Amino acid sequence: MTSRREGSPFAGLSTIALKEAADHMNSIRIHLVMVLVLLTAIGSVYAAIGQIKATVGEDQFLFLRLFTTAQQPLPSFVFFLGFLVPLVAIALGFDAINGEYNRRTLSRVLSQPIYRDALLTGKFMGGLLVIAICLLALWLLVTGLGMLLLGLPPSSEEITRGLAFLFASFVYAGVWLAVAMAFSTIVKSPATSALCALTAWLLFTVFWPMLAPLIAGAVAPVDPLDPLTAVHQIDVQQAIARISPNTLYGETTLALLNPATRSLGLLFTDQLSGALMGAPLPFSLSVALIWPQLAGMIAALLVLFTIAYVSFQRQEIRA
Amino acid sequence: MTTVIEARGLIKRYGRFAAVDGIDLAVEKGEVFGLLGPNGSGKTTTILLLLGLTEPTAGSISVLGLDPLRQPLAVKTRVGYLPDQIGFYDHLTAWENLAYTARLAGVISKEADGRIAGALGRVRLEEVANRRVATFSRGMRQRLGLAEVLVKKAEIAILDEPTSGLDPQSTQELLDLIRELAGEGVTFVLSSHQLAMMQTICDRVALFRRGQVGLVGRVEELTANVLGGTFRIEVETENADLVKVLAGVRHVSGLTPLQDRRWRIDADADVRADVAHHIVGAGGVLHSISMRKATLDEVYVRFFEGENHDVAA
Repeated sequence: MTSRREGSPFAGLSTIALKEAADHMNSIRIHLVMVLVLLTAIGSVYAAIGQIKATVGEDQFLFLRLFTTAQQPLPSFVFFLGFLVPLVAIALGFDAINGEYNRRTLSRVLSQPIYRDALLTGKFMGGLLVIAICLLALWLLVTGLGMLLLGLPPSSEEITRGLAFLFASFVYAGVWLAVAMAFSTIVKSPATSALCALTAWLLFTVFWPMLAPLIAGAVAPVDPLDPLTAVHQIDVQQAIARISPNTLYGETTLALLNPATRSLGLLFTDQLSGALMGAPLPFSLSVALIWPQLAGMIAALLVLFTIAYVSFQRQEIRA
Repeated sequence: MTTVIEARGLIKRYGRFAAVDGIDLAVEKGEVFGLLGPNGSGKTTTILLLLGLTEPTAGSISVLGLDPLRQPLAVKTRVGYLPDQIGFYDHLTAWENLAYTARLAGVISKEADGRIAGALGRVRLEEVANRRVATFSRGMRQRLGLAEVLVKKAEIAILDEPTSGLDPQSTQELLDLIRELAGEGVTFVLSSHQLAMMQTICDRVALFRRGQVGLVGRVEELTANVLGGTFRIEVETENADLVKVLAGVRHVSGLTPLQDRRWRIDADADVRADVAHHIVGAGGVLHSISMRKATLDEVYVRFFEGENHDVAA
């Protein structure tokens, strides 16, 4: 349309966001996944504390070990979070739009003086708000548990890294919320959109790490006479793996919570000459290291939200 | 009278199919206007176009002097809409549902409480205000929808199939409410295929056929135009030869004997008094005399005669 519309597209945005957040906070669905996340978090952190106490030795970043230490058979807190945060986000968003269609509330809500933009953006904001509250609570819980059981306060560097980790987790959850909401606008049935989102989740968290080497092997075969082809194959494999937000999140947390991480790719020995192995990087350099990963996740979030937005704007309201 | 809704040459195409194919409408302030027609004849699409919820392919609309395409928020602030098969958030109470839409409509919260209480009282739902809508019957949901229009203080209320699926008592209650509100100056646009109900409540109706408006006018005008202004009077009488008795009576155009002492008189005016006078004057015994008004149903059937409804739907 060439004609200009009058009125703010943000009218009603905060009303919708707060209502959505309140609905989520009261819904059994969210309670269930949150209990699951909480139990795994406490379990893995408790196990990590046991492991840390058993290890004699000095560590500058003891608090960050809380998040990354794994004790068999439990994986680390970070691993659990990477696995379960998408589930929380999908539970929040899979029926955002098609649920309104099915309850026949969409046309009634849109007949109020708001634009469609406000409904979709408001629902996204509401979901993000819930995620932010949950992640913050979880982070504080883990930090508190660490202080109680280790008897040590975290250093300022550890808090900064912890907050950056919190932000990365938030963006990662936002990506999956956008995935779920995109499916909820494209697919008409909530059950189908939930399955689509869960399929994407399984594909990227479980199967993608297995698929990436296979695809890389086919795309860039290794020539035994040329060692550089092996390097090339690893590069390709890494590029493919990084399509998955799970990989990006994993690399981000690795660099943030493990200050000794110097590179997320291949390094040649000559590149390491003069480096103090095991010496921690300052926070700013760790952030510089994960900057592309973080930017990639934010870009994915924006692209997915745009897909949902365009598809919603083009839809006919009538059910 | 001022025109509050005006549509000219409205066209809405979905692909090659024209759901609305050149509609002209004018609704006056304070009237109850009915959109009638079979399913799929373009009533709901017309309503969505009026609200700016969908864009017309061609044509112009003006609602309260505003363009729903360019000023949708201003239009939607002043127009209330009750969609077909209205839905509410089942996990919220009636009050919470209204409070949510009141906030969306920009009613400030101090004022909203008073308006919601008043509206729920008007539609007789104040006792269940704090019950979850999941427990509500269909009739209660429709009344709650009307309460939403009240909370918004809408100048125009557009109701899509408001009585479909309601039992007779709920229908009556809803119609009484609509009549009451119309008396207070709210303009109503109703769509329905339940003609008997439309006949009792609408000031004017528009008959839709395949995305076009076939006829517009007052119910009496339509019956007169379509059915040729026939009045059918039935009398039950004894000791009178009606053929002779009614020979000189004006307006009578036909006389048909029915079974036992009953006759049908076709006339082009209400001649009941005349007929009774003549029968009694001729020494006959008049047991009953009644006139059947032409109904919208007859108009509708006559108008859509030969129409293939499967094609229309």
